[in-house]
Amino acid sequence: MNEKKKRELLLPGDIIEEEDVRPGRGTYRRDNEIHASKLGVKTFRSGYVNIAAQSGRYDPKRGDKVIGTVTDVNSSIWMVDVNAPFPAVLHVNDVPWRVEFGDTISYIDVGDAILVKISNVDELKKVQIRMDEEGLRKLNSGQIIEIAPSQVPRVIGRKGSMITMLKNYTGCRIFVGQNGRIWIDGDLEGQYIAVKAIQIIEDKAQAVGLTEAVKEFLKKETGKDLDQEE
Amino acid sequence: MAMDSDIKLIDENGLRLDGRKFDELREIHIEAGVLKRADGSAYLTWGENKVMAAVYGPRELHPRHAQDPSKAVVQARYNMAAFSVPDRKRPGPDRRSVEISKLLSEALEEIVFVEQFPRSAVDVFIEVLEASAGTRCAALTAASVALADAGIPMSDMIASCAAGKIDGHVVLDLGKKEDNFGEADVPLAIVPRTDRVTLLQMDGDMTAEEFDQAMELAIGACKEIYEIQRDALKRRYSTSLEDYEDNEEDE
Repeated sequence: MNEKKKRELLLPGDIIEEEDVRPGRGTYRRDNEIHASKLGVKTFRSGYVNIAAQSGRYDPKRGDKVIGTVTDVNSSIWMVDVNAPFPAVLHVNDVPWRVEFGDTISYIDVGDAILVKISNVDELKKVQIRMDEEGLRKLNSGQIIEIAPSQVPRVIGRKGSMITMLKNYTGCRIFVGQNGRIWIDGDLEGQYIAVKAIQIIEDKAQAVGLTEAVKEFLKKETGKDLDQEE
Repeated sequence: MAMDSDIKLIDENGLRLDGRKFDELREIHIEAGVLKRADGSAYLTWGENKVMAAVYGPRELHPRHAQDPSKAVVQARYNMAAFSVPDRKRPGPDRRSVEISKLLSEALEEIVFVEQFPRSAVDVFIEVLEASAGTRCAALTAASVALADAGIPMSDMIASCAAGKIDGHVVLDLGKKEDNFGEADVPLAIVPRTDRVTLLQMDGDMTAEEFDQAMELAIGACKEIYEIQRDALKRRYSTSLEDYEDNEEDE
């Protein structure tokens, strides 16, 4: 639709001039006009206009898969830091094991990293998470790095192109949480290269032809050339 | 009626001590996103003023008893560096900086959508590195750029500027000597899109007509400053917009 077109940057308060849309995330309505409430670019989805923030903290939303670290445990819940302004709650009913009352700590302890899904965020911003779906689990090995949540789409790339490339070249298992935390597991050399590559993506997020630049880097570092093999 | 002050603030050509006209601002420059560790930041120079603002949050507010279950608390902290003035400023909060911190917190709370973040805090740290009159306006101007840079949901930005009276004339943006030896100083802050006033003080005295005139001057200047603020943010982010895509997550 808008190929390679430079998107307009909206600042807080700017009027979004669009017909027949409803105000979505990052916007507000005043006097029949829709204004941006965050610094970002506008995107459209099912009749709503949203602002894709270009900066800022992670704003939890239902359905997001995120990486959390456990900060507190009691007999029926775990409190989890998901990099949001609010702590998240993981209840014993929402984990893949049958946990006896008071036995929570033998499954997940304080300091453990877990891959979870945001199941609900209510009006009071109480965040609930779950771990009983496919792919969600405790992260027992590897390392976690943090990037700005606004850069997450860049690390994933168009239809996952960037992340697939990273995985293919480094041979690592990588998961990018929507909250800006990235889990990387594999041999140490591969992890090192993956971390470096992600730093390049974060630093040069603005550069045109970012995918090419990262590919060059990966080719040089790994000595592989996956373009040739196919 | 003008008070005979010890020094002359306006010369025979109608120019002020630093050569400015009555309605002329000092030079203002803003840069957004200067600190990597903070969620948002801005560095501002305004004449001889140098101000740094850093924003953290929204984040959990501690101590817990300070939390508000219905909204976020905006905590601004205005601080002057020991080396910000000719004589060393004794470090730490004093009567003046506590007042300004409160003022700035209340002004900023006006534009932030605080109800979106119950129980949390938005921290705004403002360091005045060099001071030469008008630092509260400079602080507020820098702080709102830093807030926008931090991606905090807000209805608009705040622009701020002072007007005053020197040697019987209403002038814009008082300098250090004008502030010390002039007759009145009126710092003002507005939300430029709606003209809502979020900060207004007066030190000294002037007639009602002069006050209206000062307000009008300052409001005009705030709109000018607003453009400088917007320009700073656009410069910071314009390069990151090429082929932006929003993607779904995957493993």
